[in-house]
Amino acid sequence: MAADRWIALGFLVLSLVYGWAAWNYPILPFEQNNPFKPNTLPMGLAVAGALLSLIILLGGRGDAAADTKGAQGLTLARLMNYAWGEALGLILAMIAYALLLRPLGFLLATVLFLGGSAVILGERRWHLLVPVVVIGAGSIWYLVDEVLGIFLRPWPWFLAG
Amino acid sequence: MLDGVLAGLGTAFSFYNILMVVAGCLIGTLIGMLPGLGPMSIIAIMIPVAIQLGDPSSALIMLAGVYYGAIFGGSTSSILINAPGVAGTVATSFDGYPMAMRGEAGKALTIAAVASFAGGTVGAVLLFLFAPALSSVAVLFWSAEYFALMLVGLSAIAAFAGRGKVVKALLMTVFGLMLATVGESALFNAPRFTMGLLDLQSGFNFVTLAMALFALPEAIHLILDPSRGAAARSGGTDIKNLRITRAEARRIAPVVGRQSIQGFLIGVMPGAGATLASFLGYAVERNLAKDDERGEFGKGSIKGLAAPETANNAACTGSFVPLLTLGIPGSGTTAILLGALIALNVNPGPRLMIDRPEVFWAVIISMYLGNIVLLVLNLPLIPYIAKLLAVPRNFLIPFILFFAMAGAYIGQNNSTELLILVGLGVIATILRFADYPLPPLLIGFILGPMLENNFSRAMLNADGISFLWERPGTLALVILGIILVLLPYIGQFRAPRRAAQAD
Repeated sequence: MAADRWIALGFLVLSLVYGWAAWNYPILPFEQNNPFKPNTLPMGLAVAGALLSLIILLGGRGDAAADTKGAQGLTLARLMNYAWGEALGLILAMIAYALLLRPLGFLLATVLFLGGSAVILGERRWHLLVPVVVIGAGSIWYLVDEVLGIFLRPWPWFLAG
Repeated sequence: MLDGVLAGLGTAFSFYNILMVVAGCLIGTLIGMLPGLGPMSIIAIMIPVAIQLGDPSSALIMLAGVYYGAIFGGSTSSILINAPGVAGTVATSFDGYPMAMRGEAGKALTIAAVASFAGGTVGAVLLFLFAPALSSVAVLFWSAEYFALMLVGLSAIAAFAGRGKVVKALLMTVFGLMLATVGESALFNAPRFTMGLLDLQSGFNFVTLAMALFALPEAIHLILDPSRGAAARSGGTDIKNLRITRAEARRIAPVVGRQSIQGFLIGVMPGAGATLASFLGYAVERNLAKDDERGEFGKGSIKGLAAPETANNAACTGSFVPLLTLGIPGSGTTAILLGALIALNVNPGPRLMIDRPEVFWAVIISMYLGNIVLLVLNLPLIPYIAKLLAVPRNFLIPFILFFAMAGAYIGQNNSTELLILVGLGVIATILRFADYPLPPLLIGFILGPMLENNFSRAMLNADGISFLWERPGTLALVILGIILVLLPYIGQFRAPRRAAQAD
């Protein structure tokens, strides 16, 4: 089964779960007689979503096989040549950044993220990496916090007053 | 109307707002040139900054500048290294890159800039004429017609999504509408579908969604495929001479004239946009060219470069017509701009011209300013800006990822937003692999609350769904929407029959 059908299957399941949630949505007593309830549109969407995914899932070669090349240039054929390890590493680095941003403060977390992801990508020129990352993080903090006036806590928790 | 124009002129020509246009164009060109970052991601990254500006006119003026700059930056990388940052500039590389290989990179860049300038200028004039007329029709609309109009807009976006992608685009639109129903809504008393999560109480944040749909998949693609970044270092990025001769200018003049109008008209249609305009412009001009000139197309023809460049800029301007007059975005980029406007408490639509004339006209005038800035300021700087193409991948990617996260985090100060971003970003990348178009998802998401709002009012007025066939205007629009969706299929059914007849 082609990738787009698997995704259509996923959307079918999603539409059914969403439709189930909409069907069971608690309607308040005074909303009972309204022609338009909080779940009116959602139920319609669930039906539309389920029908459209079924068309892709069961449809002939029409939609699915239209072009295998992928408009954006991402192709399944080249799946093996892709740098999956690096991609996974960077996604994990982003998750780590999300979790550490508040405890470590903006500056430290950003320096670690930028440096860490460059290392994951194979950068080993430390004399270049360290200054670029430190100056980069520092100047972005300065721009956002000082120039634009959007508060970003710079320091870790133990230094915060 | 004249009062509004004057107020707009006053707003657009204030020192601060001119500064915003210049800054927007420069930032747009700088980032737009980097491989893998299209206008949508750049605008999404700039939105927290724009919202921070507070004043809707300045914010929109800056974002429009970023948009133009980004498209110009995309053309630059198409010409110099044959790596179009966006689909809209793919046709630019057909003739632009061969010219650069011949050592005429400077000339190609100038033609691109002049053609974009002309396309944008004609587009701005047409917008100036078109938009008020359309607005005056649109004020007559009731919520029932609005609801139907949004259905037409959404189906048109799907219909123009490309061969074999109509159902996928519709599915993505529905998914976007579903995401829009999560969280609190002005219509109802309790938040919906939050799955008990406090962070979803106020719904998904549209900047986060825009980053997840556009910036992250592009960055992940750049990581997955190292050859994408590598092209940047091997290309010929030395630019010598920016001049074009008078004879060359005379040769491209008719092309520019035709394509500015054609491009604008294509851009006005929801969903068609810059990509279609540029490819169609290229094809039309090749057919119109004389035999000896036609042979040059694809080998570095100046006409072949001017056509898509003019058309895509005129189309970008045209795409503002449905946004400003109807409040319906026709493309992913205008959807992001619409989201920014809503965040700034401006409701685009037919009332915009009446309620906030200074915003309406300032945007139109600043588009024109943006084109001038690109021509007189950015073009001479290109040889220096092009050095950015040599930034090594190891440094580029971390910063792109960081900017995407900063866009979602700054202003929210909520790190859960980052986890949502990464999650949605991974899903969006998978969708991209399977060739599901992502702009309809964002457009559905942004139009969702408005659609539901008008739907509910129409239902309350008619006490049921009967308004769909009882009001002639609504019925006509609904039928138009259905035809638009079915149109690509009618073509498909007829094609085999015609082939059979030919045999």
